[in-house]
Amino acid sequence: MTPVLELQNVSVAYGGIPAVTGVSLRVAAGSIVTVIGPNGAGKSTLLNAVMGVLPAQGSIRFNGRDLRDAGVEARVQAGMSLVPELRELFASMSVEDNLRLGAFRHRAEGRAAATRGLDAIFALFPRLQERRRQKAATLSGGERQMLAMGRALMARPALLMLDEPSLGLAPLIVRDIFHTITELRRTGVAILLIEQNARAALQVSDHGYVLETGRVTLQGPSSDLAADKRIVELYLGHGTQ
Amino acid sequence: MDPTITLILLQDGIVNGAIYALLALSLVLVFAVTRVVFIPQGEFVAYGALTYAALDAGQMPGSVWLLCALGAAACGASLWTQRRMLPPRALARLLAGTLGIPLAALLLTRELAPLRPGVLVQALLALLIVTPMAPYLYRVAFRPLAQASVLVLLIAAVGVHLAMGGMGLVLFGPEGSRAAGFSDGSLDLGSLTVPGQSLWIVGLTLALMLGLYGFFEFTLYGKALRATAVNRLGARLVGIGTAQSGEIAFSLAGLIGALSGILIVPLTTVYYDTGFIIGLKGFTAAIIGGMASYPGAALAALAVGVLESFSSFWASAFKEVIVFTAIIPVLLWRSLRGGVVEDEE
Repeated sequence: MTPVLELQNVSVAYGGIPAVTGVSLRVAAGSIVTVIGPNGAGKSTLLNAVMGVLPAQGSIRFNGRDLRDAGVEARVQAGMSLVPELRELFASMSVEDNLRLGAFRHRAEGRAAATRGLDAIFALFPRLQERRRQKAATLSGGERQMLAMGRALMARPALLMLDEPSLGLAPLIVRDIFHTITELRRTGVAILLIEQNARAALQVSDHGYVLETGRVTLQGPSSDLAADKRIVELYLGHGTQ
Repeated sequence: MDPTITLILLQDGIVNGAIYALLALSLVLVFAVTRVVFIPQGEFVAYGALTYAALDAGQMPGSVWLLCALGAAACGASLWTQRRMLPPRALARLLAGTLGIPLAALLLTRELAPLRPGVLVQALLALLIVTPMAPYLYRVAFRPLAQASVLVLLIAAVGVHLAMGGMGLVLFGPEGSRAAGFSDGSLDLGSLTVPGQSLWIVGLTLALMLGLYGFFEFTLYGKALRATAVNRLGARLVGIGTAQSGEIAFSLAGLIGALSGILIVPLTTVYYDTGFIIGLKGFTAAIIGGMASYPGAALAALAVGVLESFSSFWASAFKEVIVFTAIIPVLLWRSLRGGVVEDEE
């Protein structure tokens, strides 16, 4: 079975300075894969390159198709969605408008179909329904993350990429977000999750990669990684269960 | 100064202000979506006016040939930028959009121009000839620079303005033109006589503004344009093509410019370079509105129109000076208040 996403030897550089070097990675259909690693390891850079926001070298295949010449819009059209680290919401527009624009890829299906998608998102994030007429700029950090995820899900992607979804959020909300990620597994969407919160990320994912200074230093099933001595020492801290 | 003169000046100012408001709105729109300061807006006014005037005189307007040339150039530019990814359906759309429309305009003009088919058909035909030039120019001159800074885009816009001004002289000649209005009648309001054309201008301006409001507020594509203006990366991440958005914004600007020209050419003689000053006044209004606020720009445009008509009465030699000087206190106030339009990239 072809993986949803397959990276081979992907490198990204900022003005000649390499940020990601020779990364190979696979995301199988319906699985959750996480990339963990310290700040500045190149995790966000990698996701942005996969989405086409940054130019990359090497092979990026999505459902078996080479994406070399595809821009961001074409990748969205093909079924990728990225929830970026900075959320990139439409601040002066309403929550509902943000979500409806998330379904721009399916604009040919009409408004009724988008409304059904909207209901599904509201079922997942009831808070967004309460705030549907509010401007996105007025939301709290956790609600913004929900809105960013909801907007990405409105596109009904085959691959959802999440860049640090827990960043800057209160612990209770982080728990909610990770709970949602496990819920999403049932919808069949494949998820590529980038996290500094290594413990939570390894708990919800099937497979993990450790990225350090732009290279994959370790990979394996998440349960193995969570038990790996080096990982425990570096990312999970001492005295964990 | 008696009340009658005040009323006449006010009426004049409002009619001019309505035109400036349209131009200001399209400047704000183009800038918000593409970060291009659309200097060639004035050329669209002149092209619209002179194309309409040529049709009204039963002549073949030279702008049709420019439309064909620009369409072909846009076709070539798009084929080049999309050479590695162009599915058959997109190719068909591209050919229809860049070659089909000019060809249709050419054939229609050839058939209809000698017949002098009446103001409405002439106006629609002039819109068909001039409006598509804007998205073609976007494809040729601005889309390849989409990642460039505002300053580089501004330089390109000045270049397009100069080229279009020169082409205007070639196509329409140095003589000015006037044309028949939409209506010869007038409305008597006490001591004030309002010409029918002025009512057309104000009415169409209001209708167009309402239409734009509905487009931005209630349609998915209108919201997509707003989304592009609010957050360019966010828009790309939901699959809204910045190139498409830019093309729609330019099309609207071209339409508004050409329509403004068609509306004013019955009132004033338009030369190939008349549009620039008119466009600049729209630009003044857009700046006063902060290049970001639509209602702000529209209100400022009305103020510019009224200020212009009163200063032409009191100090007609200084009329332009007074209008353009009005920008200075506004800029000072804006910079002191700290509300700067930022270049977000």
